[in-house]
Amino acid sequence: MSSALLEIQDLTVSFQTSQGVRRAVEQVSLYIEEGETLGLVGESGCGKSVTALSVLGLVDRSTGLIESGRILFKGKNLLDLNTEALRRLRGNAISMVFQEPMTSLNPVLPVGRQIAEPLMTHQGLSKIEAYASAMTWLERVKIPMARKRMQEYPHQLSGGMRQRVMIAMAMVCSPSLLMADEPTTALDVSTQAQILHLIEKLKADLKMSVLFITHDLGIVAQTAKRVVVMYAGQVVEAASVTDIFDRPAHPYTRGLLRSIPRMQPPTDVPKKRLQEIKGTLPSLDIIIPGCRFADRCPEVFEPCRQKKPDLSPVQAGQQARCWLYADGSGKP
Amino acid sequence: MASIGLVRKTFRLRTVFLTTLYADILFSEHYCDKRYNNLSIMVERFLFQSYDMSKYLIKKIFTLGLLLFLVSWVVFAVLFVLPGDPAQIILGINATPETLANLRSELGLDKPFWTQYVDWISRTLSGAGSQSIHYDVPVFDLILSRLAVTGPLAFIAMIIAVVISLPLGIFAARHQNKTGDISVMTFTQMGLATPEFWLGILLILFFSVKLGLFPAGGFPGWLANFWGSFKSLLLPAFALGVVRAAILTRVTRSSVLDVLQEDYIRTARAKGLRERTVLYVHALKNALIPVLTILGLQMGQLLAGAIIIENVFYLPGLGRLVFQAIGQRDLPVVREIVLFMAAAVVIVHFFVDLAYAVVDPRIRLKR
Amino acid sequence: MNKHLKNINFRCGLVLTAVVVLAAAVSFFWTPYDANRMDPGHRLEAPSFYHLLGTDQYGRDILSRVMVGAVNSIFVGLATVVIGMVAGVVLGLIAAYIGKWADESIMRLSDLLFGFPAVLTAILISAIWGPSISNVMVAIGIFYIPVFTRLTRAVALGIWGREFIEAARASGASEWAITFRHVLPNLLSPLIIQATIQFAVAVLAEAGLSYLGLGTQPPHASWGRMLYEAQTFMEISPWMCIFPGLAIAWTVLGFNLLGDGIRDNLDPYML
Repeated sequence: MSSALLEIQDLTVSFQTSQGVRRAVEQVSLYIEEGETLGLVGESGCGKSVTALSVLGLVDRSTGLIESGRILFKGKNLLDLNTEALRRLRGNAISMVFQEPMTSLNPVLPVGRQIAEPLMTHQGLSKIEAYASAMTWLERVKIPMARKRMQEYPHQLSGGMRQRVMIAMAMVCSPSLLMADEPTTALDVSTQAQILHLIEKLKADLKMSVLFITHDLGIVAQTAKRVVVMYAGQVVEAASVTDIFDRPAHPYTRGLLRSIPRMQPPTDVPKKRLQEIKGTLPSLDIIIPGCRFADRCPEVFEPCRQKKPDLSPVQAGQQARCWLYADGSGKP
Repeated sequence: MASIGLVRKTFRLRTVFLTTLYADILFSEHYCDKRYNNLSIMVERFLFQSYDMSKYLIKKIFTLGLLLFLVSWVVFAVLFVLPGDPAQIILGINATPETLANLRSELGLDKPFWTQYVDWISRTLSGAGSQSIHYDVPVFDLILSRLAVTGPLAFIAMIIAVVISLPLGIFAARHQNKTGDISVMTFTQMGLATPEFWLGILLILFFSVKLGLFPAGGFPGWLANFWGSFKSLLLPAFALGVVRAAILTRVTRSSVLDVLQEDYIRTARAKGLRERTVLYVHALKNALIPVLTILGLQMGQLLAGAIIIENVFYLPGLGRLVFQAIGQRDLPVVREIVLFMAAAVVIVHFFVDLAYAVVDPRIRLKR
Repeated sequence: MNKHLKNINFRCGLVLTAVVVLAAAVSFFWTPYDANRMDPGHRLEAPSFYHLLGTDQYGRDILSRVMVGAVNSIFVGLATVVIGMVAGVVLGLIAAYIGKWADESIMRLSDLLFGFPAVLTAILISAIWGPSISNVMVAIGIFYIPVFTRLTRAVALGIWGREFIEAARASGASEWAITFRHVLPNLLSPLIIQATIQFAVAVLAEAGLSYLGLGTQPPHASWGRMLYEAQTFMEISPWMCIFPGLAIAWTVLGFNLLGDGIRDNLDPYML
């Protein structure tokens, strides 16, 4: 674990809302090694974006509070840094790509300028150098007529192109960690594949690590080496991609996998029905004494409702937050 | 209709032609090799946007012309039905019916509505204008001399309003729900509640009567005493400006608050931009759009809304002129000033539209 | 009501307006002196135990005149809001219900009115029919029509577009029944908020026009006219131009805060 580029330990984040304090993230731990892609999977509202935003120190200061935990980046705790030092890391060593490229780009600034900005801020380049570099980046993310696009505004670009611009913007300072928050959700399928491919390629070129946040296990299968599954603000399972798909340990992960539509060979009769996970995400303000998934879990038994389960090892490199594995045998 | 279609078609063809021309220049290998320099960044922005901007401009100028025509017609029509016979007013009550009829035909008052309208509009457009009944000088000259007071007054008031409201609004938004914000909002509530003429009276009471720093009213004239004239506009402009500032501060505050919630502000922060850049470049340019709307409305109303404050300070401005002219039944003066004020509102809105296009590329560059 | 009282704006507004309304109500039965009684022996007196706010150039008691002026302002505020609201709601409903040409022409007309300087029109109207308080009410009221038209139209369009209206229609409810059962109730709270704020604006406008001599005619007490008279005697008796202005600011502040407070609490449609 000493080679981890980013290590989040026991991170707990809460928000002040009109209905009281809600814990959006509870004791989340995960790590990303250098050059690795980690998939962070979960339903919307499970706390994956908040986790990423806390790394950048962008949790809304007026309502959000990081209660406890450590975020180690290259061995340094980001939560100890002052705002200025943290700002110098953002967009420079750690950068982020957001889900909705239309609203995430400033509508009144030319895209060229938006891409050039981090270069001017972090590397002290002059406007001219920054523009030149921004243009080569537009070419690198495969935007045709880059010179002309430099002067265009977000609303003049297509959705896919906007996301390429977002990616170029995140990449200009050659970060060592890219956090991609559902970067393909707002795009159509063929564009999705192109963007995924682009991120893959840039990751290899720049030897950076990627935290890939998504609700889509299919995308994880294509991109990530390891997967962390979150549910209701907690990590419920962490394992390699092959283990997740072949031997999912947590009932929630199994449920997720069953709900993915798959191509089935025509001989596979009778066809299995696509299954959904019953029930909905528990409201985060209700303090549940036991396991947060208990109400929806098909394999629920007594301890589940009485005490919170901890992450228990299932096998080497696989952990699950479930009473089924609490005896340490790794067998349900 | 066919001609409009044709114009549109040629327009579109020219757009295509011009953009491909630019593209040819810019993407010829020779040009692409060239690195950026400060000039090229500017020139390219201009090349790609000036054409769309001019298209927008032409459309807006067309609407402006149409609106001005409509306004002139409405003003003429409203004052046409207004009771009061100009000939009677000029000659007094003792005039004989014959002299009355003679003057009426001399003034063209016996002609039908449309002829009178066309006469009037062509006279106004040619710069000749009508003659004031009361002052017996061309209304045009009268307006010009009075505008030399009201124009600067409105302008100084607007500057005062903007200088107060933008920083205050931004400050309040940045410190939302904290002491600073609450005190700013209290100030704006006070400003909204204070009648501007009362504020004017209080200013006279304090700065003129008590301290003797400013004149209590009157206007020496720009040529006679420039500094004195400027000084005599400061208090009324301040009274007008503070009240406007209260409204603008509230608009600025809520607009900045809205924009700070936007995704692109989060992106700007995620890029590690300095908070200053986030606020003054990324947020402010977007936040200014609603502020501009209100600013335009206020500007237009200031030209006419100065009537009361001009009376408080005895300023010989447009407002006082129209106020007196109505009392004197000086119809040509009333008509021309009302037309002028309405046109000023329309023209100010035209400039606000242009300002929109400068701030917001989504307006000037419709795909 | 408890929820409302928690809001600081609403609380302050309620107190301020209550004072004004109370003063106006009391003035019907009792004022310290007859508001129009001249007393040449006590002209331009400074505030004292006998005349709490002093006296004016005719020796009239300013406190009494401020109280009577409150009746005047409240009356103008109510009348203009009623004129604007009744015409505005009807026009707004027509625009929203018929749509197309009706909508287009009503909205363009209201744009035109919206952009036109209100003071100027008020002056024009009083030039035609002569200066009087009722003409001022009409002049201000006309300018409120577009405000209420826009509001009504926006709310009505929003409600008519919703599913439950479709359901009501499908189950055979007549358009009138829908309007009265669903549209008007939903319109109520935005209308109340807007009316409160327009009330404040009307108080300001009436004061301005009366200052110009177009509104309330002497010897009736009106805050704006009192300020006009006070300006002449500013150097010898400055308090004369303090209290009527304070009364205007007090009333306007009260209604503005009240409006903001109600909006904070039950604003479903506006910013």
